[in-house]
Amino acid sequence: MPLNWKSGGLLLGLVFFAAVLLVKPIGVSTQFVIFDAILADMVLPDLITQTEEGYTSTNAYLAKSGGKYAKNAANPLNYSFIFVLAMMLGAGLSAWLRGGLGAEEQRVPAIWRANYGDTPMKRYAVAFLGGFIVLYGARLAGGCTSGHMMSGMMQTAVSGYVFAAGAFAAAIPVSIMMYRQEG
Amino acid sequence: MTTILLALIIGAAFGAALDRIGATSPNWIGRMLSLTNLHLMKTIMMAIGTGSVLMFAGQMLGFVDVGHMSVKTAYVGVFIGGLMLGTGWAMAGYCPGTGLGAAAAGRKDAFFFLAGGLLGAAAYMVSYPMWNNSGLLNGQKLTLGTIPGTDYPALSALSGDVVGIVLGFVFVLVAFALPDRLRGEGVPVPAE
Repeated sequence: MPLNWKSGGLLLGLVFFAAVLLVKPIGVSTQFVIFDAILADMVLPDLITQTEEGYTSTNAYLAKSGGKYAKNAANPLNYSFIFVLAMMLGAGLSAWLRGGLGAEEQRVPAIWRANYGDTPMKRYAVAFLGGFIVLYGARLAGGCTSGHMMSGMMQTAVSGYVFAAGAFAAAIPVSIMMYRQEG
Repeated sequence: MTTILLALIIGAAFGAALDRIGATSPNWIGRMLSLTNLHLMKTIMMAIGTGSVLMFAGQMLGFVDVGHMSVKTAYVGVFIGGLMLGTGWAMAGYCPGTGLGAAAAGRKDAFFFLAGGLLGAAAYMVSYPMWNNSGLLNGQKLTLGTIPGTDYPALSALSGDVVGIVLGFVFVLVAFALPDRLRGEGVPVPAE
């Protein structure tokens, strides 16, 4: 069982506040681009190049806004990238400290099993496809659940509300159609 | 160096919080999105409200640097991207942050989600010029109220700090007001 919503919400709210007090609002999805760029630059060394003013790229997306993505991919030891690695560490450690998820849940989550039985291959295919759509959409929107929905609405950003409206308008009907059994 | 230390501390705290509230579990995401258990929704509303009240109150009192704010641009693509993210979020039960956390907790499907995500992000990198030329990425960094100390264009002349605090309390109130579930067993049937 997760934390009670009041204490859990307060805890997460304090983390949001600490982030903006000490550094900047939380965001995650940009780092998928940065990681892609790091990998791609290993295969295609000409992808990211250093210029007199900073960094640029043959890819227009990495080169936009004065090459800030190109710069971060060339220097992965920056706040946002380390933040995401630390987030994985924190989540993994927390799950381990509360006794782990169990082999069955790690293989296929309960809600999937309740609706589609023990079909890991199907589940992995749906998770892969879902991941593709999620990150394509997040990059088109310029942020994800963290950056737009949580950090955005917290800052009274109109973009956060527009994003949340789109995300829930699609997510609720899709979830109702796909997961009829509660699991 | 301080920056990296802060990234480690705040990042780890964020990941641990996501795990403890159930956000890294596709089961809780699925129950929230299919409206059969709104516990996670209440948690998130509570968190946004708490963060908003503290941040704007801190800015009014002067101990939170307004320059730390980072408002994103509002454009048509935000809505289209939101629809896409919502679709994949419901299918997989993961969003970018929670997918990373779930993989770290040993969920095998989360690794497939991340692989798909890296490919999806790469596909966007390649197709970016098309979107950029479409004009759907043009917009402004709009906020609801006018926030002192920033040059964000605002929808209203109301004090941005007050708007942020009031909306923060509204989020908390909605968290309290939301029922445990909106669909499925145990929902009271409205009287005829």
